[in-house]
Amino acid sequence: MSDQDRVNKVETVEQSTQRTVLRSILVACGMFAFGFAMVPLYNVFCQVTGLNGKTDPDPYLYKAAEAKVDTSREIKVQFVATKNAGMGWDFSPSTPQVTVHPGEPGLLTFVARNPSDKRMIGQAIPSVTPFEATNYLHKVECFCFTTQTLEAGEEKVMPLRIIVDQDLPKHIKKLTLSYTLFDVTHMY
Amino acid sequence: MSTVTDSVDTDVKAHEDHGPAKGLMRWVLTTNHKDIGSMYLWFSFAMFLTGGAMAMIIRAELFQPGLQIVEPGFFNQMTTMHGLIMVFGAVMPAFVGLANWMIPMMIGAPDMAMPRMNNWSFWILPFAAVMLISTLFMEGGGPNFGWTFYAPLSTDYGPPSTTFFIFAIHMLGISSIMGAINIIATILNLRAPGMTMMKMPLFVWTWLITAYLLIAVMPVLAGAVTMMLMDIHFGTSFFNAGGGGDPVLFQHIFWFFGHPEVYIMILPSFGIVSAIIPAFARKHLFGYTSMVYATASIAFLSFIVWAHHMFTVGIPLIGELFFMYATMLIAVPTGVKVFNWVTTMFRGSMTFEAPMLFSIAFVVLFTIGGFSGLMLSIAPADFQYHDTYFVVAHFHYVLVPGAIFAIFAATYYWLPKWTGHMYDETLAKVHFWMSFIGMNLTFFPMHFVGLAGMPRRIPDYALQFANFNEISSIGGFLFGTTQFLFLFIIIKCIRGGEKAAAKPWEGAEGLEWSVPSPAPYHTFTTPPDVK
Repeated sequence: MSDQDRVNKVETVEQSTQRTVLRSILVACGMFAFGFAMVPLYNVFCQVTGLNGKTDPDPYLYKAAEAKVDTSREIKVQFVATKNAGMGWDFSPSTPQVTVHPGEPGLLTFVARNPSDKRMIGQAIPSVTPFEATNYLHKVECFCFTTQTLEAGEEKVMPLRIIVDQDLPKHIKKLTLSYTLFDVTHMY
Repeated sequence: MSTVTDSVDTDVKAHEDHGPAKGLMRWVLTTNHKDIGSMYLWFSFAMFLTGGAMAMIIRAELFQPGLQIVEPGFFNQMTTMHGLIMVFGAVMPAFVGLANWMIPMMIGAPDMAMPRMNNWSFWILPFAAVMLISTLFMEGGGPNFGWTFYAPLSTDYGPPSTTFFIFAIHMLGISSIMGAINIIATILNLRAPGMTMMKMPLFVWTWLITAYLLIAVMPVLAGAVTMMLMDIHFGTSFFNAGGGGDPVLFQHIFWFFGHPEVYIMILPSFGIVSAIIPAFARKHLFGYTSMVYATASIAFLSFIVWAHHMFTVGIPLIGELFFMYATMLIAVPTGVKVFNWVTTMFRGSMTFEAPMLFSIAFVVLFTIGGFSGLMLSIAPADFQYHDTYFVVAHFHYVLVPGAIFAIFAATYYWLPKWTGHMYDETLAKVHFWMSFIGMNLTFFPMHFVGLAGMPRRIPDYALQFANFNEISSIGGFLFGTTQFLFLFIIIKCIRGGEKAAAKPWEGAEGLEWSVPSPAPYHTFTTPPDVK
């Protein structure tokens, strides 16, 4: 570009203002999109770090066959069943605690009963504490993978099979797996 | 550069000698930055009184333990609306009003870069405010979930009027974004020849940075309320755990907006005080360059500290540590600023007119608020302070003397330029002392009841907090009634008074003092020479 071209290229105030405004609008639109992008970003971040205690949603990710049982230590896994506000079902684990070796499957059941006179749909949402252990507690079979439909007055025994990963950090001796049961009838 | 000045010249010559149009339509159709600035300021004052009236109801209910005056549900609506109106209705529009009035005059520009958009961004505000306030009269009442509107409290358990609240926030957001874009475009493109970036007054600098914060975070807030809208009406589950969403996500998104937002409400104050203190200390501002860099650092840090509002939701240790240290880091640039203001006053020939009194009170009281903020940033200690009156004391110490006192100071400082008259100095000093005493009486005891465990947003409290709450309420009533004196002083100054010189303050610096008082309807139609 010669000097002459450069002189011709000098913008007027209107042009440069227009450019600034366009750029600013782009930034604003970009940040609006970023607000929504925070949803998947947050979910990925939580899955990688176990930040919010959400366990792995994919039950087939963990290959139980590869597991070797680590008999050198025992891990206590405790269960908590909570009902969200407005959820009228009876909901409890068959046993409050199981003791397993890492790599060895633990089996228990949860019981849910719908005492109302309507057909209801429930969804249990799991959460693990401490967060550090989230990615080391695998659910091979869980009633939380799908919604549960109970007719009026129906009672259901729901199986849960868990495996504690043998890579679980040594200092963790006790895990809590908590389920909160939500009434999702209105969503279906 | 010559092309630039020429086009500005011819463009505005056509308008020269136009006075304002006559009648009411002048205000509806105006594109003049001074008219729009005045409307912003009056609107914000009306909102200040509205939000203030709500604060009076809160303080009246808390005057004694037990429930006396209002229903707990209405009390919750009052705390929510007081916060929303003060943040979005009073403080932010007041700063935009000051920016409209002063920025073109400070950089030697004839008007804002987008005068029509300017008109539009103002006129959205009254409608948004009416929509927000009208929710109080709807079935189920107005928003009652706190100004932070955490989901699912606001989505699953909020009143039906929440939808109107969401639209009001959308409109306020659009107005702010347009105002911010306008300010950025004005500062970057309309500076007089010779007005380089590092010659701009600090008020212009702090507003430029504030405007960038606004266009970065207001859209995120718009996204958050849009997600709420979809959760409420369209069956999505962004924040509903039962459908696979996460309520904590709401807090992350909200505070990603919310923390920069609190700096949006303080950075322009830094600019105002940096103009007033040198004027009345009759010395140049100490450390101009470091002020600019400190402001930019504070703005940057505001994006990486948001989770310090959420220490108690359950964040891994490493997260608590990161957000704790990042938050503490903000004290460094803020300390630089306080140091510079104090050093500017050091050995100056100071006089104590009303703008200076408010500015000195700003420096002292804002520093107190900063220190309680430092206490709150300590993650392990925050578990005790969280959601107590200590937090209320902290943010009122940074917002009342921080934002509001700076707006008072700016009003008194530039009132002679706006009206052509000097305001009544004696009354203004009375206004200052009553505000100062009232404000401290209201908020200082809240530190004590907060540390002792009194929770915020509750209409009743344990008996041992009764005395401190009584003092707080008396201080609140004093502060509230004093603001009518402020209104009186302004009206008196508009209607008459001692004639103001072009530069009524001996030590004042800046282009705005080179035009006569009152400032003519059009200023700098020919760009001034900046040395």
